[in-house]
Amino acid sequence: MRKVGFNNKLLPYILIAPQLAVTIVFFYWPASQAVWQSFLIQDAFGTATEFVWLENYETLFKDPSYFNALVVTVVFSTAVAALSLGVALLLAVQADKHIHGAGPYKTLLMWPYAVAPAVAGVLWLFMFQPSLGVLAKQLRGMGVDWNPLLNGTHAMILCIIAATWKQISYNFLFFLAGLQSIPKSLIEAAAIDGAGPTRRFWTVIFPLLSPTAFFLLVVNVVYVFFETFGIIDAVTHGGPAKATETLVFKVFQDGRLGGDLGGSAAQSVILMFMVIALTAIQFKYIERKVHY
Amino acid sequence: MAEVSLKQVKKSFGAAAVIHGIDLAIADGEFLVLVGPSGCGKSTLLRMVAGLEEATEGEISISGKVVTRLEPKDRDIAMVFQNYALYPHMSVYDNMAYGLRIRGLNKEEIDQRVKKAAESLQLAHLLDRKPRQLSGGQRQRVAMGRAIVRQPAVFLFDEPLSNLDAKLRVQMRIEIKRLQRSLGVTSIYVTHDQVEAMTLADRLVVMNAGKAEQIGTPMELYNHPATLFVAGFIGSPSMNFFPANAAGGTLELPGGQRWTLSRQVAAQGDVTMGIRPEHLTLAGANSPAGHAILPLYVELIEPLGAETLVHGRLEGGKAELTARVDGEAAPVKAGSTMRFAVDPRHLHLFDRTSGARLQ
Ligand SMILES: Nc1ncnc2c1ncn2[C@@H]1O[C@H](COP(=O)(O)OP(=O)(O)OP(=O)(O)O)[C@@H](O)[C@H]1O
Ligand SMILES: [Mg+2]
Repeated sequence: MRKVGFNNKLLPYILIAPQLAVTIVFFYWPASQAVWQSFLIQDAFGTATEFVWLENYETLFKDPSYFNALVVTVVFSTAVAALSLGVALLLAVQADKHIHGAGPYKTLLMWPYAVAPAVAGVLWLFMFQPSLGVLAKQLRGMGVDWNPLLNGTHAMILCIIAATWKQISYNFLFFLAGLQSIPKSLIEAAAIDGAGPTRRFWTVIFPLLSPTAFFLLVVNVVYVFFETFGIIDAVTHGGPAKATETLVFKVFQDGRLGGDLGGSAAQSVILMFMVIALTAIQFKYIERKVHY
Repeated sequence: MAEVSLKQVKKSFGAAAVIHGIDLAIADGEFLVLVGPSGCGKSTLLRMVAGLEEATEGEISISGKVVTRLEPKDRDIAMVFQNYALYPHMSVYDNMAYGLRIRGLNKEEIDQRVKKAAESLQLAHLLDRKPRQLSGGQRQRVAMGRAIVRQPAVFLFDEPLSNLDAKLRVQMRIEIKRLQRSLGVTSIYVTHDQVEAMTLADRLVVMNAGKAEQIGTPMELYNHPATLFVAGFIGSPSMNFFPANAAGGTLELPGGQRWTLSRQVAAQGDVTMGIRPEHLTLAGANSPAGHAILPLYVELIEPLGAETLVHGRLEGGKAELTARVDGEAAPVKAGSTMRFAVDPRHLHLFDRTSGARLQ
């Protein structure tokens, strides 16, 4: 047997260097910057900087608005992850029924399903617009005083819907690919074994889909934690009365607008550890129940 | 009592007709094999019996009950798939118990049935494994076990052995037949392998392009193939065919040889003549009287041990011929001309245009 390998000891390092550089420049460097910043306090004019150890963190934990943001984040992320995964799965199951074995043009058939949520997202926002929106009017007709500009719950619902719609297409494509990779004969075997469609779904299809679902769960949680900032900024600006101010939005609000760089950095650091912890927990506990 | 009957069953996928009206009556406990080349519609027919595919026309009944429009679960059938279709996330035990749990059997009953089936299939020590931890043969047995525990009225098999290697295939073939005999369950078995078909079947159906060419016992089909297609499909190596001209009681072969037939042949004119390789014997000095003699120019020999396949051409003609002779017989050499004898009883004649057998 001839052993195939690198003769040049340097070559492997050269090959991973670009990847390493990207990780350092875009993750480790800003992350360590954030950690460093979180130990500092700058005065309002940015002229004096003082090293204060954990004072920024202490202030943060004493701040009731920080806990408000935490609660908002938990509600928001749970709702968005559950809804976007649930709705995407439902759509994918429906699409899969029509697409099974449909041949080369199935990719084309898939597009409406994939694109619809994004288009619909915009429509939803229009429809819920308090003064002009069709749905808003209808809700008001039903006796609901729909006003996301004043009512925190309404604002939250609006943010959840907007963030969810944005994520559905992505989840949908993964779920559909997962469904398509389940051999048809398995479903048929279950049908012959006497399982109806619902039972087949929960005992055969869903367990086989769980690796996909798990992967999407991780991706979605990271998405809600970090990337929904833009949506909240566009839809509610975190209001009314901080009702939709999530942790990530608060980082932006305090850092950019409030000028509290140290406090904002401390928040980022906490957020970063939260996501690392969440992902670790997900891998440790949920993955164990996932059937590959 | 589980008879299965098909009356004028047809199937089209869109505009494409795939099954063109099949009539079948399968007796209780019978082992019926559907055999035919790829794409002839065997699986489609079986899946219509299973209820996985809806018959476009016709009527299917099981145990006297019309099931044409019923769901698979209401047909009292079990099926073994080519890729086994085991649930990958369930243990062997759960794979077998799945259908029983759905039917609401109690725990003890399920346990007893699964254990018993596992015992008879030598799976008892594998019950906790996942399918991916099993060999192909073991997976195949689990698929069998899943069918058996249900105690269905009818077993359906769709090429269950085609993913196994040759040796295991023979072994499992025997196991399937033994199991079917001991359980006495009516079975329909699809295969494209004619050896498998011949060895397993009580009766077999040779299918061609969505039609049943002939239905009968393996020996009936072997001895009296109703069509050229069946004659060519049953038997290995397959039957030799060559054109001949019939006039009165004589048959003129392409090489110019003339045979006088002892039996009366109604056919006149162009026919196709068929002789099985195993019916060509090396003609010694004292061949029995009445045997026709064929001089064969030998091009290639394939020794298989017990027997030898001799490939050659009919002298004076282009017709190719294969003979299957005893491996211990007088040495056959490529490049020489040898004389083969045929008992006229083993001669098959077919209509050149329709392919139908001529008596
Ligand atoms: N769902 C379907 N849609 C359209 N045509 C189909 C479908 N299923 C089967 N066919 C066609 O029906 C014909 C018969 O198919 P079938 O699977 O029954 O063949 P088979 O005899 O089982 O072949 P094989 O030995 O290769 O399994 C084929 O021509 C096939 O292309
Ligand atoms: Mg088939």
